[in-house]
Amino acid sequence: MTPRESAIWRVLASVPDPEIPVLNIVELGIVRYVRWGDTPGPHVGITPTYSGCPATELIRAAVQHRLAAAGYAHASIEQVLAPAWTTDWLTSAARAKLAAFGIAPPATQAERARGTVPVVCPRCGSDSTRLVSEFGSTPCKAHYSCRDCLEPFDHFKCL
Amino acid sequence: MIEALPPGLEAARLRYVLRLADTSLVLAQRLGEWVGHAPALEEDLGLANISLDLLGQARLLLGYAAELEGRGRSEDDLAFSRDQGEFLNVTLAEQPNGDFAHTIVRQVLIDAWQLELYDSLQRSADARLSAIAAKSLKETRYHFAYSSGWLLRLGDGTVESHARSQSALEALWRFTIELFTLDETDELTAEARIAPPLAELAPRWEARMQQLLRQATLTIPPHTAYRWQGKRGEHSEHLGYLLADMQFLYRAYPGARW
Repeated sequence: MTPRESAIWRVLASVPDPEIPVLNIVELGIVRYVRWGDTPGPHVGITPTYSGCPATELIRAAVQHRLAAAGYAHASIEQVLAPAWTTDWLTSAARAKLAAFGIAPPATQAERARGTVPVVCPRCGSDSTRLVSEFGSTPCKAHYSCRDCLEPFDHFKCL
Repeated sequence: MIEALPPGLEAARLRYVLRLADTSLVLAQRLGEWVGHAPALEEDLGLANISLDLLGQARLLLGYAAELEGRGRSEDDLAFSRDQGEFLNVTLAEQPNGDFAHTIVRQVLIDAWQLELYDSLQRSADARLSAIAAKSLKETRYHFAYSSGWLLRLGDGTVESHARSQSALEALWRFTIELFTLDETDELTAEARIAPPLAELAPRWEARMQQLLRQATLTIPPHTAYRWQGKRGEHSEHLGYLLADMQFLYRAYPGARW
């Protein structure tokens, strides 16, 4: 990675996810590339998490704004559709932050391929939990509840 | 970059993309009608989330359709300024919500269809459709998990929930034949490997539905002779009302933007 690319990545890592502010958009795995083309500014490729996620446009505006403030007034933000976003792109730091924030992190595809992975309660650590609904407060989360401490919690869905 | 095609095929591709887009858009609008009215908060959230995914998929498809059309119209223009006869959604998608069982039956029939469709469309010769399908498929799996889970609980539930889901199935099953009725748009796009052949999807959908409905202790009604043709722009009386509601603001304030 060239120094001018690293500088952009550092700016991008300062943009939080609007719904889950403990994560930044680089940790979320939605920044797909940073590169230069024929235009004066950098090209930043961003992929949506869910196709209807209302945060997508907010993130796009935040990236544009943050880059402009860092001196990149001519940045082009491009939408990338393929390959489709997967929660496997969440960094391990991101998974730990989610759990600390009270959201059970998603299992990776490799973990799921080895068998059913229990969704662990982020409050008491019990793996005796139950699905309340496949859908929760945002498109990326499902609604669970713990059989031991009886608390409801969010699970970041595996996608 | 969009690959140019011979004129007849180009028109078929646009119609095909609009069929997928309009089906998702119209169903999203229907599900949105539940917001604030669902039987429980969890179901309100569930139906709204499915609606939002479908709306997102419709936006990706309508954006592509607008580019293919090349007349300077935007995705919003396509959604809000076309009339009923120009909407190419399958007739099933526009059927009114009815009770919760009715909504769930409509949803499971379409979810199962979109599962098979997107699974095959991932391998489309059209790169954009393939990307949209791969993304949509992941979301559709959650939709189907939700709707099939509810269908089992309702069908194999109480006397009341069983009766309501059976009557919903009887009202809605007649629309499913349209999903697999071929016309020249389907033939041309399948030949060019833009769309999967419907004959390939039909048995997979039927097998999935038969197994699920059996588990839900519901009985499949016989097919009726009448063929609905929403995907050819001939709709039931319900679409006009839905569009009047959905398009009102944009038509009252042409070009309105958020």
